[in-house]
Amino acid sequence: MSIAEVFAKARAENRSVLIGCMPAGFPTVEDSIASMIAMHEAGCDVIEVELPYSDPVMDGPVIQRASDIALAAGVRTRDTLRIIEAVAGTGAPVVLMTYWNPIEKYGVNAFARDLAAAGATGMITPDLIPDEAAEWIAASDEHGIDRTFLVSPSSTDERIAMTVAQCRGFVYATALMGVTGARTSVSSQAPELVDRVRHADPHMPVGVGLGVGNGAQAAQVAGFADGVIVGSALIRCVLDAPDRATGITRLRALSAELAEGVRNPRN
Amino acid sequence: MTAPSLPDLAGHFGRYGGRFVPEALVRALDELEAAYRSAKTDPVFQAEFESLLVNYAGVPSLLYRAERFSAAVGAEILLKREDLNHTGAHKVRNVLGQALLAKRMGKPRVIAETGAGQHGVASATAAALLDLECVVYMGETDTERQALNVARMRMLGATVVPVTNGSRTLKDALNEALRDWVASVDTTHYLLGTAAGPHPFPEIVRDFVGGIGVEARAQCFELTGRLPDAVAACVGGGSNAIGIFHAFVPDEAVQLYGFEAGGDGVETGRHAASITGGSSGVLHGARTYVLQDDDGQTIESHSISAGLDYPGVGPEHAWLHDTGRATYEPVTDAEAMAAFQLLCRTEGIIPAIESAHALAGAARIAPRLREELGRTPTIVVNLSGRGDKDVHTAGAYFGILDPVETIVPGEQE
Repeated sequence: MSIAEVFAKARAENRSVLIGCMPAGFPTVEDSIASMIAMHEAGCDVIEVELPYSDPVMDGPVIQRASDIALAAGVRTRDTLRIIEAVAGTGAPVVLMTYWNPIEKYGVNAFARDLAAAGATGMITPDLIPDEAAEWIAASDEHGIDRTFLVSPSSTDERIAMTVAQCRGFVYATALMGVTGARTSVSSQAPELVDRVRHADPHMPVGVGLGVGNGAQAAQVAGFADGVIVGSALIRCVLDAPDRATGITRLRALSAELAEGVRNPRN
Repeated sequence: MTAPSLPDLAGHFGRYGGRFVPEALVRALDELEAAYRSAKTDPVFQAEFESLLVNYAGVPSLLYRAERFSAAVGAEILLKREDLNHTGAHKVRNVLGQALLAKRMGKPRVIAETGAGQHGVASATAAALLDLECVVYMGETDTERQALNVARMRMLGATVVPVTNGSRTLKDALNEALRDWVASVDTTHYLLGTAAGPHPFPEIVRDFVGGIGVEARAQCFELTGRLPDAVAACVGGGSNAIGIFHAFVPDEAVQLYGFEAGGDGVETGRHAASITGGSSGVLHGARTYVLQDDDGQTIESHSISAGLDYPGVGPEHAWLHDTGRATYEPVTDAEAMAAFQLLCRTEGIIPAIESAHALAGAARIAPRLREELGRTPTIVVNLSGRGDKDVHTAGAYFGILDPVETIVPGEQE
């Protein structure tokens, strides 16, 4: 299923899409595949695979730690592609979230080709803005990969319009000025940002990320956004678990709670 | 050929530079650029900057003919004495400029990253002078090897935050400063310490430290009646080097040499030579040369000099390298320390270990230039900082620290 179809289906069901994030290879390649499949089975509509990177400037402590663990275990870019293939093979829609340098090093066109071959439908680029993305836009067009750029509460209306025009699939709205990580409350800046995106393009689905950690927050964000993006809270299920089985159990429970949340949007 | 009008409007030096940052930072970078453009042409701002440099920082620094060092290396060596500036390095020029910009933008708080602590101390100094709140991010490894600078920053009223993730060095301090900035851009200016990072930082920092080269060029004329044959500087992030190179770029007869930290030797993999031992990539907001593995993961750098221990380099250096206008070579820890000792013994000047890389490089190119020119070459070396902060490192390196019996108060009977 393409990302557009996932959002269309959710819209028809009068709910939001739940996008769950997990770093590739955390804590091992096989474990991360099991985590992602469990997340999908328990209610994550889309699996966002994060490619571990040595210098993740958009990420808070939880994703940093998980990425460090994956890198210390020796995960490679080709492992991330293998993980995507395994997860997409179960029928889960998969998007990749990646900092730019690993893609530039791999070769932009070659990466788009291999990402498509692995079964991913889209790619989120937290440190690549459309201004610098000519090569990526050409490569993603050629290989049919959806492009998700970020918009932020600090973005001007002109930049929102320019950025949304370069997105395909959905646009990622960062709910607050800050890095990833669960917060105790949902940012008040988020609904306004979503409105501004809708003003620029009423048809482009908007996913909201940064800060969502439980079902109530998911329901709150689902009240105004097309997609709810959850990372750190899910990763912590695995990070804090005493063993692998407990981690998977907690992941399933949180995914189910979040899935329930996006089905009960609070306006 | 080199045109001084770079970077272009989008901040590119050829294919290098640009902005590889989260969208959340774009507005702050745009605001910074607009503030800088207006400050650049504002005579009031320029006069204030100039006045602080002259009356507070002790600029222009001397251009000193180091006769005994010259005799030892076989070239006429002219030292640009940035070590004599207030706070002991070229960095004071950049921090005064940026702190004034922060004031102009109405931002009451500055954050900075620091490796050796020099930029942190300089930032804390400017913040104290201009009444700004100052938070300095410093890798935990560096806070340990540069404990005195941590104390200096605290004395000046800054908050020092040890960074405990990643390799716990300069690159991680930079990541943490960027994370702070994403969350605090409304009230905070990121006082970036080198001519690297996203546009417009490479241009702003270059311009603020560019007086080094302007002064050196005029002083060399005055001292020798002509331009030097070569200009030498050490290159980590590359601010002191771009500061002294920039005015000489149009002087095609003047060779420009950047000396990177070769650590144990580039061939060992334990070094910080991003240009000579790295490859093109994207790090900390710009495309430039970086130390990276086959997957584009940053490789930790190694150097005896904390100030050069960084796996990237300013994008203008990447471009000067590719165009051939400047030549970059690695200098090992051992070569740098030999030059460090030579300057101490011949001139009575203890250089920063960073600057000792430039001295070693100058000594290396001297015979080459002599042969090429058929006469004694004149080399301007940027003595970018003083070595007070390095006394412990150098003392340990040379084995000249007396063993001290440590008596813990209260424990002796």
